[in-house]
Amino acid sequence: MTQVNEALKDESLPRQRAEVGSRVELDKLVRVYGSVRALDGFSLTIEPGEFIALLGPSGCGKTTVLRQLAGFEQLDSGRVLVNGHDISHVSPQKRDMGMVFQSYSLFPNMNALNNVAFGLRMRHHHSGERLKKAAEVLEMVGLSDQTKKYPHQMSGGQQQRVALARALAIEPQVLLLDEPLSALDAKVRAELRDQIRLLQKRLAITTIFVTHDQEEALSMADRVCVMSKGRIEQTATPGVLYRQPSTAFVAQFVGVSSRVPSHLSNREVEIFGQRCAVRGDEDLTGLVEVDAILRPEDLAISADPSGIGFVTHKSFLGATTRLVVQVGETLVRVDVRSDDGEELAFGAHVNIKVIARDVLVAPRVALETR
Amino acid sequence: MASIGGGLALEELLAEVPQGRAPRGSRRLRFRPWRAFVMLVAGAYFLLPIYAGLKFSLQDINGRFSFEAFQSLPSAPGFSAAFGLSMRLAVATLVVSTLLMVPTTIYVHLRLPRMRRVMEFITILPIVIPPIVIIAGVLPAAPLWAKSSPYLLSFLYVILAMPFNYRSLDAGLSAIDLKTLVEASRSLGGNWFMTLLRVILPNLRAALLSAMVLTIALVLGEFTMASLDLWSTIPVWITQFNTGANGHVQTAASMLGLVGTWLFLTIIVSIDRSESRRSRRKAGAL
Repeated sequence: MTQVNEALKDESLPRQRAEVGSRVELDKLVRVYGSVRALDGFSLTIEPGEFIALLGPSGCGKTTVLRQLAGFEQLDSGRVLVNGHDISHVSPQKRDMGMVFQSYSLFPNMNALNNVAFGLRMRHHHSGERLKKAAEVLEMVGLSDQTKKYPHQMSGGQQQRVALARALAIEPQVLLLDEPLSALDAKVRAELRDQIRLLQKRLAITTIFVTHDQEEALSMADRVCVMSKGRIEQTATPGVLYRQPSTAFVAQFVGVSSRVPSHLSNREVEIFGQRCAVRGDEDLTGLVEVDAILRPEDLAISADPSGIGFVTHKSFLGATTRLVVQVGETLVRVDVRSDDGEELAFGAHVNIKVIARDVLVAPRVALETR
Repeated sequence: MASIGGGLALEELLAEVPQGRAPRGSRRLRFRPWRAFVMLVAGAYFLLPIYAGLKFSLQDINGRFSFEAFQSLPSAPGFSAAFGLSMRLAVATLVVSTLLMVPTTIYVHLRLPRMRRVMEFITILPIVIPPIVIIAGVLPAAPLWAKSSPYLLSFLYVILAMPFNYRSLDAGLSAIDLKTLVEASRSLGGNWFMTLLRVILPNLRAALLSAMVLTIALVLGEFTMASLDLWSTIPVWITQFNTGANGHVQTAASMLGLVGTWLFLTIIVSIDRSESRRSRRKAGAL
């Protein structure tokens, strides 16, 4: 068990706001930069103590949401409410929000302890009290032996943990995490991910986490809010988001999927000669030529010398192997058990069967954009 | 195996932190004749005039070694007043220049990054426009109360020092992630003043020092403006003072001006170092 995990078990350490976090309401936020609507009527309610991830491609507006919450930017319209209080026009230093930035942002002139104590100093805590508290929070993130080190003497992972401790030390109403893991290498990222989640659970602090990494979002958050072009595409738990994406964008952005051209009639599509029901209650009036969005696990594959496609690529993923099968001009990704995958060589002809109960469809897009 | 935070093995953590010093061979400068030649020529270019001036100021009119020129300086008519005025102008220029340029440069970096090119152009103008043009334009336009005060010169020196000040501060601010540091400070509850005092200025120390030293050197050596504004600063006094001693006293005054600049530099650097030491001790005691 790691030092930080042991520290989290220590009941003597402060349990900040353990009773309940703060409720955050973002009401029809609009932010326009020139001709670009970075936020286009964005509304979201985050429950007390909830960990929510804002997920989306670059430029979708997720960081803008976070900066509006922190008060670093002015809204064109809309309201930000915390526990029912409108803080839209409150300055950043009075919002009581802890923020962790992508680039660590530790103060280079201060050691780890003073960095963590900075927020308490700004809140006029007595010297002894703030240093004691800072040391406790550093212990909580597993850095009790690094208190005197300056940022340039610490690794990226350690710096980001100090930044997290600094944000937590002030006992903020809301914790804002702006892609805090993206500058770290894979191993440290995975460890810090678990630590953030453990701390958040323990402190029951309402947390908003911005990321473009779906794996991070799905593994850490209670709910994930998928954004595109300043709007919410879908907000749901990771499981629902993956299994029941409400739009084609979500289906394509979250997880792996293939677009297969199909004909739509009577809310059914024909895929590889098989009729499948269409998922959801979306209005499909007028649509005939569509793309079916298929997850790798929605399909089953079998070797057949007279099959409709052939294997063009194999990726070993451990328990499963991902095959790319070319059917006509369409490339389809299918997951098989690695034992079964070994039998399917490059160029092997195969048949594909849809095993999902229903499938999601989207208006057809040109082949080169799939 | 010892494990620190998050299960990262001690060895792995240590491997991430830059350890020890580089192998000696890679640190030691190898002797290169061309490098030595350049150093020699550059050193001679800077040091020979100082050596010549010092040697001349330490001779009497018969060419014998003597402190007479330096000894006669304090009692030389007008010297003390000129020296005091130069020092006062240096301090005033330093204060005005710092108060004007530091917030301006920070503001441009934070809020008007697109204006940096314009600022570079504006601040280079005092180098392009000769001081005589500036003072010839200012004197007829300045009100009488301003003209009757030597501190008018301070404001003009602020303009003259702008190219050095802006570039030093601009380089210092470019070296830190200013926007994120400011946002981090503000999200932690720091107001603008505390952010400036506790976060920005300590990280701008080297740039500030460099700007200050250049400003002082400029003020203590400026002649044209002071002369036309009829104020006897050290450079003006040197050209106007006539002892009939073949320039020994004037050269001694020049040397003293040089020492004055170094003195200012030493004081500023000492203050900075003692502040750094104090911060380190304080941090170490925690």
